[in-house]
This record gives sequence, C-alpha cells and structure tokens, in this order.
Amino acid sequence: MTELAATDPLPKPKRDIAPILLPVALALLMIPLIGSTSSWLTLTAASLAMGMMIFIMASGLTLVFGLMDVLNFGHGAFIAVGAYVATLVLAPFAASIQADSLWVNLAVLAPAALLSMAVSGALGLIVERVLILPVYGQHLKQILMTTGGLIVAEQTLYALWGPQIIPMPLPTSLRGSFILGDVAIAKYRVLAMLIGLAIFIAIQLVLNRSKLGLLIRAGVENREMVEALGYRIRRLFLGVFMTGSALAGLGGVMWALYREQVHASMSDDLTVLIFIVVIIGGLGSIGGCFIGAILVAMVANYGGFLVPKLALVSNILLMVAILMWRPRGLYAVTSR
Amino acid sequence: MMILSGDPPRSRVLTLVLVLIILALAATPFLFPGAKALNVAAKICVFAALVASYDLLLGYTGSVSFAHTMFYGIGSYAIAIALYGMGPNWAAVATGIVIGLPLAALLALAIGLFSLRVAAIFFAMITLAVASAFQVLASQLSWLTGGEDGRSFQLPELLRPGTVLVSKSLFGFEINGRILTFYLVFAISALMILALLRVVNSPFGRVLQAIRENRFRAEALGFRTVFHLTYANCLAALVAASAGILNALWLRYAGPDTSLSFSIMLDILLMVVIGGMGTIYGAIIGATIFILAQNYLQSLMGVASTAASEAGLPLLPGLLHPDRWLLWLGLLFIASVYFFPTGVVGRLRKAGGDKNAGASH
Repeated sequence: MTELAATDPLPKPKRDIAPILLPVALALLMIPLIGSTSSWLTLTAASLAMGMMIFIMASGLTLVFGLMDVLNFGHGAFIAVGAYVATLVLAPFAASIQADSLWVNLAVLAPAALLSMAVSGALGLIVERVLILPVYGQHLKQILMTTGGLIVAEQTLYALWGPQIIPMPLPTSLRGSFILGDVAIAKYRVLAMLIGLAIFIAIQLVLNRSKLGLLIRAGVENREMVEALGYRIRRLFLGVFMTGSALAGLGGVMWALYREQVHASMSDDLTVLIFIVVIIGGLGSIGGCFIGAILVAMVANYGGFLVPKLALVSNILLMVAILMWRPRGLYAVTSR
Repeated sequence: MMILSGDPPRSRVLTLVLVLIILALAATPFLFPGAKALNVAAKICVFAALVASYDLLLGYTGSVSFAHTMFYGIGSYAIAIALYGMGPNWAAVATGIVIGLPLAALLALAIGLFSLRVAAIFFAMITLAVASAFQVLASQLSWLTGGEDGRSFQLPELLRPGTVLVSKSLFGFEINGRILTFYLVFAISALMILALLRVVNSPFGRVLQAIRENRFRAEALGFRTVFHLTYANCLAALVAASAGILNALWLRYAGPDTSLSFSIMLDILLMVVIGGMGTIYGAIIGATIFILAQNYLQSLMGVASTAASEAGLPLLPGLLHPDRWLLWLGLLFIASVYFFPTGVVGRLRKAGGDKNAGASH
C-alpha cells in the first residue's frame, strides 16, 4: 500500500460507469433493429423527453425515500394536484396560450408551473406534518397512511373538479416539430428535455456541492450526530419533503401538457412507472433514478415501436432484468 | 375452542358482534328478502375470506402486498373462462379450480422468491408493478378474457335460480339454486377463515409474527425467513384465488372491475386496517362494515348532499355526493391507522379488559 502525504487529496472513490453506459448501449443496439435512422432519432428523442418528465416526478420520491426513509405511496397525489392547479391559471389566459409567440406562451406557462409547484409543495408541508410525522421509522404505517392520503386527495379532486377529463392544450408555439433533414422532433419534447436536464443538474449540485446537501447527506447517515451538532434536521427534512412534492407538481403539469389532458386518476399509471424507476435506480440514488427513468422511457418507446404487444409488460421485464443484474438497483445508496 | 384453534374473540362485545354477523349472514335468505340483501351478504362472505387471507400477509408478517387482487382475479377468471369455454357443467368448474389454484400459487411463489429475497421494502413496490402489468395483460388478451367486458357465463344446472329444490308450499320459503349457491359461498368462506385461524395459531403462524416483529432475530434463531414468508405468500394467494372463484360463481361473471382493479386492492386494505390488523376476526368485522357502508352509506350521503345543496352551502354538496363515499372512508382509514392501529377488534379487546389485546405494532 502506498503512503499518502498529509497534503495529498483523498483518493477518489472509483466511478461506477456501467449503469451510465446502459442506456447508451441500448440506444445503439436499437439502430439496426429499427432499421431507419430517422425513426430511430425520433424515438430516441421521444424516449429522452418522456424519461426526463418521469425523472422529474420520480426524483421527488427518490429524495424523500433515500434521504428521509419515508415510503410515500401518495406521491401520485402531488402529480395530479399540480396538474389541476395549472388548469386554474391556464383557463382564464386561453387567449395568451393561443397566441403565436413563444414569449407570451411562456409568460403564462411559467407562472402556472410555479404556482403548481407552490401548491403541491404546500400540500407536501401539510402531508408531512399530519400524515408522516407520527409514523417516522415505521414503514408499514407510512405505506398505509400515505395510501389513505392518496385516496382522500383523489376523491377531493373529484369532488372539486368533477369526474370529467379536462383538456389542457399545448401553447401554439410549442406545437409542431423541428425538422432536421428527414427527422422531426416535437418542440415540446425539446423543452421537456431541457427542463429535466436542468433539474437533474440542480439537484446534483445542491446535494454534492453545497453545505445544505452536505447536511442532508450527513443527516441521512447519522441523524443524531447532525442534531447534536446543532442543526435542525427536522426542518431540513421537511424542506426535502416539500421539494419532492413540488417536483411532483411540476412533473404533473408537464405530463398534463404532454398528454394535453388532466384527470384525477391520471397519476395511477404514473405511480407504477415511478416506482419502477425508483426501484431500478436503487432506492435513494438521484443518478440511478435519472438513468432508470430514461431506460423505462426507452423500453416503452422502442418496445412500443418494435413489439407493441410486449410493450405492456416491458417495464416489468426491464425491472426483473436489472434486479437480476444488481439486486439493489443500479446504484445502491442506502443500506436499508 | 377446537374449531377456533384456541384463539377465541377474547371480548364479550366482540363475540356478540361476531355471532350477530354470522347469524345474520346465515339467515339472510329468510330474514331479508330481495336480491340486494342476498348480494350484499354473499359479498361480505367472499370479502371476509379475502381480507382474512390478506391479513395473513399484512397483519401477521408485516409485508405490504399490492398484488392480492391479482390472485383474486386469477381465481375469478379461471372459473369464468372454464365455464365460458366448456359450457355449464361440473367438469368445467373442476377444470377452473384445477387450473386457477396452482397458477395462483406458482405466481405467488415466483413473486415471493424474487422479491422477498431482494429487500423487504421492494416487496410493496414490486407487487404493485406486477399487479398492474397483470391487469393490463388481462384487458389486452381479449380473446381469452373478454377484455374490458369480461366474461359472463352460465352455472351448472343445480346452482341456477330456476332450479327449485324445496318448493314454497313446504316451509313457506322457496329454496332454489341461487340460495344453494349462497350457502356454498357462505360455507366455503367460513371454512377458509377457520383454516386461516388454524394457520396463524400454529407454530408456523408464531414464526410469521416473530418475523414481523424482528426479522433479523427470527433469522438468527435459525428460521429461514424467506421460506416462511414465501410460504405465507402462497397460502394467502391460494385463499385469495378461492375467494375469487366464489365471487365469480356468485356473480356469474368475471371482469376487470369486479376482480382485478386497483380499487379493490384499496378496499381490501381499508377493510383490514379498519377491522384490525393481525386478527383474523378483524377481517369479518372490516368486511361487514365496509360493504354495508358501500351499499347503504351512499344513499344516506345522497340525502345529506341534497339537503346541503338545498341549504345553499358551498362545497358540501360535492363532498357529500354519493360517489364520494370513499373520501370519508379514506379519512376514517387514516384516523384508524393513527388512533386505532389495532382496528375495531383491538379496541373491543382492550375495552374487554384483555391485557395482551391485539397485536402490538
């Protein structure tokens, strides 16, 4: 073993790149299978956009689980609430949505998204205080409480907005596609990719490069120690939970725009998808969650194109395959 | 006490309530005339057994499975497809049972071996994912399952409503095939609940409780926890599939909404928690409360909702709308997880003065 001088930097842990290469390899493998380069590019862009949206929704869950050890089965409620709140803002500004100017459109969309995040974040505050606080450290009760919360939230949405599907049209300037040669890439997908990437980078920076992130990670490792150092870990975790809920709200708005409709049980299918992503990524790993989201979206898009019948169960097959390879998910963060 | 496996209700009120429920169920064809009452009673029987089997997982091993309706659905669909394909005869009933039960057990074994080994926390998520995939599969394979419409079928001659066994002139009540089917459902459900009571009070049941309380300690004592959990999973799946068979026989139909949907899963969860986790008796109480509420609370809420809208109150009419009954049960659910973690049964046992009442969790 070589001696280290005191001034030497600490040896860096080895970077585990196999999971990062996985989606790249999958995408490259698909080129010959799909045959046409233009369809491949379109499908890949669709996968990336869908993956980023799923990532935004799943990142909140993975933060909450990985950092606070809280299993939130009601995460889908924040998604639906976010989408509904956005309809409140967008409805009176229908004219601005129809306007053929990117800036006018964004001037309405951005406040709508921010309000959705604020409302779902505030709801997160209430949920954490009322439902989660009494059951910290008890997984079984967490699952039951949050499932109950999901039922109540979904039924309240039905009571307030009614059971019908509410249309949520895309703004005019985000419709259509960029045409590059013979490849068409939908404009909204590009926006979704940009937002998803920005959020991924922001979370990584905060967690790994800021004092706040240091405290959060330390709190996960040893809660009592961080408390003994004088930091209010409870308040920190509350902030994490609210951030997770707000991200779910944002994801809900983006998904509603993608599907161009809002429905109180829109989160039911998404919840399953998000759980698969979180499991694939390794509970609590943001990087794993990001790769998992892209993999799930790729399997859905490529699978839907190549073998439509198989696409229905492709997510499960992907999950089984990944867990066979790495039983704790791509990146195992927690020892739980 | 032999028949109750040495685990009596241990509370006078609880005993009284249980006896009342069982007597009322047994006498429904004679006490409450009409198709609706008989339907409600049959549903209570089926769900009491289904919920009891879920309690074997949730209450006794502490593992949350979201795939229980999948097994229930396998039972329902197996019998429905067999009777639909082979015609209304007893051979078809036998075929459905012979195919459905082992299929459920095998799938439970696969899920158990795969997910109970990985990590305890994965189990809930993986079962949720598998169940949703199964639901999609069932609605897509429409040549087999009838898709969203499901499969309606005819029962064998003996069980049809038209078959009169004892005519009205004899006792004043007509005993027909429908009532025979009801007693079949009642008897088999009762048998399954007694069998589950036997299981949880056996040495095997004690090991399950030990795993729930402290898995590592159970492991350290030399119990192969994965084996026990998988075994419990398979047993629960078998009972759930049998309940599915009974339900399909009663409804003469199997479809995604009546046997597979996620909302049934939530119903089961609500029934277990409201009745009391870790007590098989809780399943009977929970199923009775829930299904009575589902069938009779809605009309009450309708009256309240109309009254509120006539009084010009804001919001309340929407919240009290009959379709929103689940909202109130959801609130009751949260309240019972928080305030009465041992459910109705635990409460009653405590009130009865039993010191070690209910399971401690």
